[in-house]
Amino acid sequence: MIEIKDLHKSYQTGSSSLHVLKGINFNVAEGELVAIMGSSGSGKSTLLNILGILDEADSGSYILDGVPIKNLNETVASRYRNKFLGFVFQSFNLINYKTALDNVALPLYYQGVNAKDRAEIAMSYLEKVGLASHSHHLPNELSGGQKQRVAIARALASHPKVLLADEPTGALDTTTSYEVMELIQGINDEGKTILIVTHEPDIAAMCKRNVILKDGLIIEDKQIVQQRAKLYV
Amino acid sequence: MFNKDQWNEILEALSAKPLRTFITAFGVFWGITILVILLSASTGLENGVKRGFGGMSTNSMFIWTNSTSKPYKGLPQGRYFNYKNGDIDALKREFSQLKYVSPRNQLGGFRGSNNVVRGTKTGAYNVYGDYPEYILQQPMKITKGRFLNYTDINQKRKIAVIGEGIIRELYEPGENVLGTYVKVNGVNFMVVGVYKSISTMGGDSEEKGKEIYTPFTSFQQAFNYGDIVGWMAITAKDDYPITDLKPKILELLKERHTIAPTDDRAIGNFDLYAEYSKINGLFGILKAVSYIVGGLILLSGVIGIINIMLIVVKERTKEIGIRRALGATPWDIKKQILTESVVLSLLAGMAGIIFSTLIILLANSILDGLPDASEVMFANPSISLTVVVIALLILVLSGLIAGFIPARTAVKTKPIDALRTE
Repeated sequence: MIEIKDLHKSYQTGSSSLHVLKGINFNVAEGELVAIMGSSGSGKSTLLNILGILDEADSGSYILDGVPIKNLNETVASRYRNKFLGFVFQSFNLINYKTALDNVALPLYYQGVNAKDRAEIAMSYLEKVGLASHSHHLPNELSGGQKQRVAIARALASHPKVLLADEPTGALDTTTSYEVMELIQGINDEGKTILIVTHEPDIAAMCKRNVILKDGLIIEDKQIVQQRAKLYV
Repeated sequence: MFNKDQWNEILEALSAKPLRTFITAFGVFWGITILVILLSASTGLENGVKRGFGGMSTNSMFIWTNSTSKPYKGLPQGRYFNYKNGDIDALKREFSQLKYVSPRNQLGGFRGSNNVVRGTKTGAYNVYGDYPEYILQQPMKITKGRFLNYTDINQKRKIAVIGEGIIRELYEPGENVLGTYVKVNGVNFMVVGVYKSISTMGGDSEEKGKEIYTPFTSFQQAFNYGDIVGWMAITAKDDYPITDLKPKILELLKERHTIAPTDDRAIGNFDLYAEYSKINGLFGILKAVSYIVGGLILLSGVIGIINIMLIVVKERTKEIGIRRALGATPWDIKKQILTESVVLSLLAGMAGIIFSTLIILLANSILDGLPDASEVMFANPSISLTVVVIALLILVLSGLIAGFIPARTAVKTKPIDALRTE
């Protein structure tokens, strides 16, 4: 699903250059649930941004579902993001003047799905995350956990190949975090490929594979026995 | 480009901050209101002034004779001469561009002695000998009977069309006018028509209501004029300005009356078209000034929209980032910003057009309520559909311009940076 070879990325800050990724080699097969770990500044968010086509690597190759991601213009990049990827953010990033349902329907809007189908599909994903009853609530009427569920529904709505989650539980308390992880595990069980950036070991333990970054390099990449979040809820 | 979803997006975005949207829209609303009111006021003034012409054929000139100011071909300076009936035929023959050539003769005049008698009453009035075309050059309202016609001319009938002002002075109230006789310088004319003056130009409408029109041929015969023509009212066809024809007409007349070609004073003339053109030019300038002033006020409204849209884009940087992460293309974002600003300026502009139309309506009803509306140099201030369409086009254009810079700003930030903004 994801093939990365010798990925480099550096940032220019004034006169000095910061080498963030120093040659990442990394493959993800379909149906994996990967936790990308590392201390802050290890390059994990940069890696996720490159995977999410929100940022471009300086060198190296990135192939997503057989499509090379290289030198894309912004319009094509948008299409690929829409078609291949679903994003879940630490701060939810819901549009606050749109209802839960409209938020979930937004990626479908950019896919050109008509209003009726959009509402139907969005509703089915809200049901999936257990928030059908809150479909007409605005984000500020929802709790943190509910917001993240809406965000997950939104990420799934466009039927992406890969789900990218940047610290999805970072803004949530432990119980809520585990509920969200339970949901993510459920989605993964259905075969969706999911990548999670986190620095919490308990969250990483609920994935199937842990990749640990340090100073821009992968220092550890291991398959683990998945802890089911259900046991902790 | 416009579907229901996009409308929803726009309405949601605009109604998210209603007060700000309202204040922003007010600039454009005000600009278009001023523009429309200025334009309609200048139209009103134009209507008012042009009404003074009373539907007169403005492509006309009047020529009369003076004494010559230069000796020519043995003839002395200071010689008097008259136009003859032959001049009329010559003019009609030589100038196919002329619509009407009306010879005129006149009796009486300013502070003239009493020349009209009816029974025991007398009065001093202008009495004209005219051709039937004259009513087309100087329109008047025939309130009873008819105006002159060619049978009158050919048969030299002694008939007269008199003004309503004369009836007040020579007749008893309620008396039947048609078929009665008035005696002009001892000659009886039968009254066949009554007219009412509709021109207010020159402010002598009182005088103009007290005139008597008789057939030109009868006039010449009755008052011993032979083939003398006092003066002429000449109207050219619409495509040929009389001002352009004037030099050639004067040339012909000078030749026919043996006047030095360089003698500019022998033939007196009044060029109505030149006067009318001056007034037209004035209104052209007035209209241009209205457009410029209104346009500039509108511009400040547009700048207001640019400012607010820039702030909106700045505020929504994160939202734009989210949308782009979810798959909005740069064009999707640009399109939304552009349509938002176009819709905002169009809504504001249409409100402005409606508001100013209401004001014009009010002005019209006040004007209509005035007791002597015809005395006011202001009539029927109005705005044509063309101007409304132009205004709407200006609005769409200004909305696009107002949205253009913010739209570019909106997509300039990379999605990753936009997402990081708080």
